[in-house]
Amino acid sequence: MTAVQITALVAVALGGTAVVLAREPPKQALVASVYGFALAVLFLAFQAPDVALSQIVVGAVALPAMIIYALRKIIRRGEVNRGER
Amino acid sequence: MSEHGQRAVREASPGAGQEQARLVSSERFRMVLFGAGVLGFAAVLVWGLGGLPDFGDFAGRYGQYLAHTTVPARHATSAVSVTTFDFRGVDTLVEEFILFTAAVGVVALLRVQRASEEVPAEPESTRRPTARSGALRSLITALVAPTLVLGVDIVLHGHLTPGGGFQGGVILMSALFLVYLGGTHLGLGPLRPMGAMEAAEGVGAAGFALIGLAGLIIAGAYLQNFLPFGAPSHLVSGGAIPLLNIAVGLEVMGALLILAAEFLDQRLLMHRGKL
Repeated sequence: MTAVQITALVAVALGGTAVVLAREPPKQALVASVYGFALAVLFLAFQAPDVALSQIVVGAVALPAMIIYALRKIIRRGEVNRGER
Repeated sequence: MSEHGQRAVREASPGAGQEQARLVSSERFRMVLFGAGVLGFAAVLVWGLGGLPDFGDFAGRYGQYLAHTTVPARHATSAVSVTTFDFRGVDTLVEEFILFTAAVGVVALLRVQRASEEVPAEPESTRRPTARSGALRSLITALVAPTLVLGVDIVLHGHLTPGGGFQGGVILMSALFLVYLGGTHLGLGPLRPMGAMEAAEGVGAAGFALIGLAGLIIAGAYLQNFLPFGAPSHLVSGGAIPLLNIAVGLEVMGALLILAAEFLDQRLLMHRGKL
């Protein structure tokens, strides 16, 4: 096992823990994005570039973006409802 | 029940104290149960991982077969693309429709919600800047063209190098989304972005199915290749695989942009502009 692979494994272990420890959903989405990128580096280090690309687009971009959109929508709807009362 | 739990119940005084003791004991009981579960899970996991083949030592026949067949049989150098778009093409077709269906479902829900609030997803004026910092706008604008080129490159080289329609489609979506973040919404003037993106999603999803149908008519089986394979490692090679990659790229880009536009409707942006 090379140094790059070990570093990537450690980064993924720390990243996964950080996602669980982040309590606020918006922050958690951003931490999950960084974690997704660490996973992509891990896949690349273990010679799976195709999976790494998919991981970047899904785990580091699409999933956190969808979470942020949904949160924004929920927060905004809450503000609108309060305003009407 | 644990020893602790029984003692706690026995020692408890009648009344409120007993109630409290029962709560403590059930908490302890849960921790013991959780601990046993974790230990059992860890033991089975370590046992399982210990039995895995070493890295680079995979002996599965299917993988070996694909690694040796893709270039001679399909003249395409990316074994992963050949597998997803050719050997298991129908599987990929269904996967593509998962995204299509999910996007249509979310859009339908959001549009029903918005119908009661009368807020358009599409901007009416296309000149309102979304980002307020000039430096941020310049940086984002400078990134649009390189991202677009990268996306096109990843889609078109899907059958030669890692990547393909799915990954490239998300990059293309990011490029167009940068226009929206840094410039003037998704305002591309007379192009009507939402209409164009809906068309891209539909054309992409239908394109995949129709290429498969062409295989059925011309070559005799659904998604059977019906084009010349070309020379290996050339841009035009791999038969219908590049066409399928382009179809998936269009579909993914359109679906994600529609989702983004529906989530971040006009009112959200107006609200942010006023902050």
